[in-house]
Amino acid sequence: MHETMVAQSIFEIILEQAKQYNTTAVSATISCGQFNPINDEVLNFAFEIIAKDTPCEGMTLEIIHIPLRAICKGCKNEFDFDVYKPMCPMCESCEFDFAQDAELLLENIELKDPDTK
Amino acid sequence: MKIELNKRILDKNEECALQNANFFAEHNITCINVISSPGSGKTTTLGRTIRDLADKIKIGVIEGDIFTDTDAEKIRAAGAPAVQIETKGSCHLSAQQVTAALSAIPAETLDIIFIENVGNLVCPSDFALGENARVVILSVPEGDDKPIKYPGTFAKADVVLINKIDLAPYIDFDLDRVIKDIKAVNHEAPIFQLSATTGDGMQQWYDWLVAQIKCKK
Repeated sequence: MHETMVAQSIFEIILEQAKQYNTTAVSATISCGQFNPINDEVLNFAFEIIAKDTPCEGMTLEIIHIPLRAICKGCKNEFDFDVYKPMCPMCESCEFDFAQDAELLLENIELKDPDTK
Repeated sequence: MKIELNKRILDKNEECALQNANFFAEHNITCINVISSPGSGKTTTLGRTIRDLADKIKIGVIEGDIFTDTDAEKIRAAGAPAVQIETKGSCHLSAQQVTAALSAIPAETLDIIFIENVGNLVCPSDFALGENARVVILSVPEGDDKPIKYPGTFAKADVVLINKIDLAPYIDFDLDRVIKDIKAVNHEAPIFQLSATTGDGMQQWYDWLVAQIKCKK
């Protein structure tokens, strides 16, 4: 249930922005990697509860799961790592290096235009 | 109105983890975050380590549990100072909780602080605590499918201990599969097979541990 802490952090960041512009928030885009994944359903549920009766109520969260890139040590092929088939799809070697896994990021938020509020 | 933020969501935890890391550096302490399922033998492994290395290194332990301080009691019985964090429901330790516990531990006297995380192979792996290294423990009775089911946790390990290896003959446990699955996500971490109950294989873990202190100092 680390999603609750993630939801809390996202909420605090968005609320600060919404207050700064004296408006409400509409949506947000979040991205995560393969080794720090989040469960979309649980995050949405936790966020919904935290955001109730605040300028963040009713927001939609878009969660992007970014593939982890791997580079084959043998044939140098670059591919998306698949935990169910952890090998190079070209030469089937299991010797590969990982690129940096994507961080857990709040990419952007959409606020309601203050004038149209 | 769209605002580009690209902000790290767990920044607050990361900042706090950095403070903890500075604390460890100032006190010349090596901090090790211990992650595993409940019942894998984290406390037993630490208890034996404390007893066996009592003459060589001074160890302190920060214990994370949802409820109770029974683990801290076991550590004290093994002869080391222990501070218990009760998370009261939270499934992992955060850096802030560790910061609070550090004020209660006799840091000046210690070489190593182990942080025994809440038993959980999922959530703890996303929260840096300021540690120098992470040990992930997997025990034989849990089954051989753990690394493939929790790749994120094993990918971030600096060392993996396969505990309760004395039970391997009695359990359907494919050791080769476990090692292959760990290596699929983590080529670097050494994997030690041991039993904290019988003491088998503990020496390689101790050697690794002592090397952590040396390479830091």
